[in-house]
Amino acid sequence: MLKFFRLIPRGLPRGRLFFLNLFASIKCPMLRISSWLSVWSGPEIPDFNVQENITMREIDAAEIKETVKDLFLKASFALGEDVLAAFRRAGQNEESEVGKEIISRLLENAELAQDQHLPICQDTGLATIFVELGQDTRIIGDSLNAAIEEGVRQAYEEGYLRKSVCHPLTRKNTGDNTPAVIHLDLVPGDRLRITALPKGGGSENMSRLFMLPPSAGWEGVKERVVQTVSEAGPNPCPPLVLGVALGGTFETAAREAKRTLLRPLDRPNPDSETADLENELLNAVNNLGIGPQGLGGRITALAVHLKILPCHIASLPLAINIQCHACRHAEAVL
Amino acid sequence: MTGIHRLRAPLGREALEPLRAGNTVLISGTMYTARDAAHQRLITAIEQNEDLPFDFSGQILYYVGPTPAPPGRVIGAAGPTTSYRMDPYTPKLLEMGLKAMIGKGRRSEEVKAAMLNHGAVYLAAIGGAGALLGQAIKQVEIIAYPDLGPEAVRRLTVEDFPATVINDLAGADLYELGREKYARGGAA
Repeated sequence: MLKFFRLIPRGLPRGRLFFLNLFASIKCPMLRISSWLSVWSGPEIPDFNVQENITMREIDAAEIKETVKDLFLKASFALGEDVLAAFRRAGQNEESEVGKEIISRLLENAELAQDQHLPICQDTGLATIFVELGQDTRIIGDSLNAAIEEGVRQAYEEGYLRKSVCHPLTRKNTGDNTPAVIHLDLVPGDRLRITALPKGGGSENMSRLFMLPPSAGWEGVKERVVQTVSEAGPNPCPPLVLGVALGGTFETAAREAKRTLLRPLDRPNPDSETADLENELLNAVNNLGIGPQGLGGRITALAVHLKILPCHIASLPLAINIQCHACRHAEAVL
Repeated sequence: MTGIHRLRAPLGREALEPLRAGNTVLISGTMYTARDAAHQRLITAIEQNEDLPFDFSGQILYYVGPTPAPPGRVIGAAGPTTSYRMDPYTPKLLEMGLKAMIGKGRRSEEVKAAMLNHGAVYLAAIGGAGALLGQAIKQVEIIAYPDLGPEAVRRLTVEDFPATVINDLAGADLYELGREKYARGGAA
């Protein structure tokens, strides 16, 4: 915890320069006026503004870096218990023998990956990170972004994860899986929540954003969700998790669709009306018959997570972020 | 949809003829890897009459970009990547004698026609089961484009590498057959 009293005149630099000049003014009176002027040229009389009890919790950037690294390693090697439980339920509910067989292979794969510290999937993804930064925190030692990037770099290097970031045209690989994709929210409090989501390219390629007219309504929304999953077919590695955001804007719909993927698969939507809509979408996509790996079956999606956001009176944005069965994410709170 | 077949490259028509969409195959011996960037380079090399890293005739191509090998292993996770991205390049490689491809996801109509034309099959391995599939890979050698990192062309030696027949020589497509069987309420 750092408590600091603001005893420094407003308008004066508080960094190293201030102390250097102060030092110079003591040592050499001749320099006093000119050195003050060089750093403080405002005409105002200093206004000493004393504020007590501003408490800022300090978080070391090195701790953030280590946390980011650990989270990407954890997410790459181990599926959450909610995902494994969803696999087991899917194995029981799937009618196709081939589908059942695939789900048991996925469970076997998950177990092997965790035991032997191997990535669940060779596509260890773009390093996507959701950060909730408490406004009463102060990060020391380095910038938040630099700490995250370094954590990603170290996780992908030391964990033998695949580096999958390249230039869009030359296709030249950046070599260390940076830059990360960072979504930052400032929140009340003094905690820092970091969620790592290594997102694979195959499922991301099948994701869609529609700017629908308001007249499309719920039926139009449902139609587009079913169309998206139908066109994707076997490509994004079903059984899927669908992150759907309805409303918002062009960019917030896409971001929130991704964020809904983080909700545990065994946690129902707290809003019962939204939960009903999720079930309606889940049934509709599971009627497609695509099944595990697209070889035919009942379980095309394990879950649909829906987020409803206020939108412009002219718009009905719809974002569908497809997540493959390797629904990998890990979270820590500092 | 049952029946296990064993495959070993080089493959001729007689090895592929009995395969039916839905069959399981276990592959042993040699196969090569290439994905997006390697395909681009291979096609450029073919167009410019340059030497190719390997002879395609009778061979199996696996669409994979593995994770780096941790100490004590030959490879990390090594599951298939989505195949449609290779579709624009595939007819040319089939013309060069390629006989089987392993990936995941649907192929284009052009690729399916070219497969029938050249007597080649398309197989799928379980997408996202990279740790498990890596166990069947016993040796790995980078033979071309090392600068592409995970996308470099590798020669793999495999033992009982499991895959499912999607497109067979009779023109069947397991993705269509499977889905038709389980679709409800005209949803397909």
